[in-house]
Amino acid sequence: MSPRVVVVGGGHAGTTLAALLRQGGHRGEIIMFGDEVDFPYHRPPLSKKFVDGELEQWLRPAPFYTEQRIDVRLGERVSSIDRADRRVHASSPCPYDVLVLATGARPRDLPVPGVTVGGVVSLRTLEDARALRKHLTADRRVVIIGGGYIGLEVAAAARANGVEVTIVEREQRVLARVASEELSAILASYHRERGTTIITGAQVRRLTSRDGQVRAVVLDDGTAIPCDVVVVGVGAVPRDELAVAAGLDCDQGIVVDGSARTSDSAVFAIGDVTRRPVPGVDGLMRLESIPSATEQARQVSAAILGAEAPAPEVPWFWSDQFDLKLKIAGVVVPGCHVVRRGEPASGRFALLHHDDAGAVTAVETANAPGEFMAAKKLLRSGHAHSHL
Amino acid sequence: MPTVTYELPDGSVHEVDVPCGQSVMDGSVRNNLAGIVAECGGSCSCATCHVYVDAGLFDEVSDEERELLEFAEGVRPESRLSCQLIVGEGCGGVRVRVPDTNGL
Ligand SMILES: Cc1cc2nc3c(=O)[nH]c(=O)nc-3n(C[C@H](O)[C@H](O)[C@H](O)COP(=O)(O)OP(=O)(O)OC[C@H]3O[C@@H](n4cnc5c(N)ncnc54)[C@H](O)[C@@H]3O)c2cc1C
Ligand code: FES
Repeated sequence: MSPRVVVVGGGHAGTTLAALLRQGGHRGEIIMFGDEVDFPYHRPPLSKKFVDGELEQWLRPAPFYTEQRIDVRLGERVSSIDRADRRVHASSPCPYDVLVLATGARPRDLPVPGVTVGGVVSLRTLEDARALRKHLTADRRVVIIGGGYIGLEVAAAARANGVEVTIVEREQRVLARVASEELSAILASYHRERGTTIITGAQVRRLTSRDGQVRAVVLDDGTAIPCDVVVVGVGAVPRDELAVAAGLDCDQGIVVDGSARTSDSAVFAIGDVTRRPVPGVDGLMRLESIPSATEQARQVSAAILGAEAPAPEVPWFWSDQFDLKLKIAGVVVPGCHVVRRGEPASGRFALLHHDDAGAVTAVETANAPGEFMAAKKLLRSGHAHSHL
Repeated sequence: MPTVTYELPDGSVHEVDVPCGQSVMDGSVRNNLAGIVAECGGSCSCATCHVYVDAGLFDEVSDEERELLEFAEGVRPESRLSCQLIVGEGCGGVRVRVPDTNGL
């Protein structure tokens, strides 16, 4: 008997899994709950194309789901899991043989006074991006709180369209936890040369407003940065509350093994909500990227179909800022040795990370797709050495 | 609508009508064919939409696409990224072969 698969969350991970199951010949029912009203879509354009690009890029066209017999329940939120009886509760109870949690992550709140006024947005959903597009016209001034990848992408797209942009970052550099010091420095100057103000090592104390609209961001040292729009981009937190309430093993994210199984063998979890093993890395980590979501969807599809597990992946993701197409592979750990190829000023370069033994552990590239693919191949071979 | 023939990693063959202006990748994703992953949705970023196709019917390879393919698994002279293959009137009957290496 082909099991009845229930997927909670209609994002990249959930949708990819549903499609892969049908590709692999799964015959049982597939039911996918998604609490957003839009059909599943690509999130990367939200921070890259919100000014004038094509925002709405659907993962699959609407008729796809009917044709593939994927029962998508849009706008329906799952409120609890009953593991003993193997069912979830939404507008009505829904039994499962296999449950897959693909609930993603939500933007981390900024715990300062004044954030609930008009003009303050965070960016996770298509709705958020539509709101931002409405707010951000060329004559506006935006403050972006948080210099992570999403913050920098929003900054670049806004700046390229004539918006006055200030980035406020709490750490001493942008991308402090996710990129090498070298890349942080190169990107910071790239943004500054294009007219963006970047303030690092600065805490936001509060936001001020007038008539319910944000007017300024006030820093700890008292500096007030006047603005019309604030984008809060201070990271994302996994939406693991259903799993926590159901007693599944969680540790800021649902803990899964290498086939994306949770502590209950009938329940899998995939995508941004998980804390997972990553090839070549000790312990478990959270990866928030499309390739990671796809990889885990492959793992679960193989497990459900009884097919061979996918080959170990090389984690990677991309980011577009101005005319820089950045691609990063491997896991960036602070304090590695970094060798640079190419001139940052030319907008085309690669940063190769090595451990103490000289093995390549990661690569950060801009407009250098060949270097990226070569390094990724090297990382996959597992015998990555600097002399190659 | 031009018909594109996809030969998949498992040897199965699928004929799909792809509207002009859409890509060979779109036609595959739309019909849930195995092998083309297309993580980036067609922005020439991910290289998970690799196919083999005879040259000539489609636009020239851009530098970016060429570089992505250079070190792709299973690369051959007839390798292309299917999101960059925009189907036009003259593409009817074209046949693409999908390797099993996308997503590696
Ligand atoms: C602005 C932005 C830009 C990005 N750019 C890139 C990029 O360039 N490259 C890259 O690799 N990655 C990028 N990412 C990350 C990437 O989008 C995520 O890693 C990916 O979307 C994760 O997929 P997911 O399915 O795990 O989660 P999500 O896509 O967040 O989907 C989860 C879905 O589940 C729903 N849900 C949650 N709880 C419930 C419930 N109880 N009941 C029903 N539904 C529920 C949510 O509403 C959501 O729709 C970006 C992310 C953002 C926000
Ligand atoms: S779909 Fe990503 S490069 Fe073609």
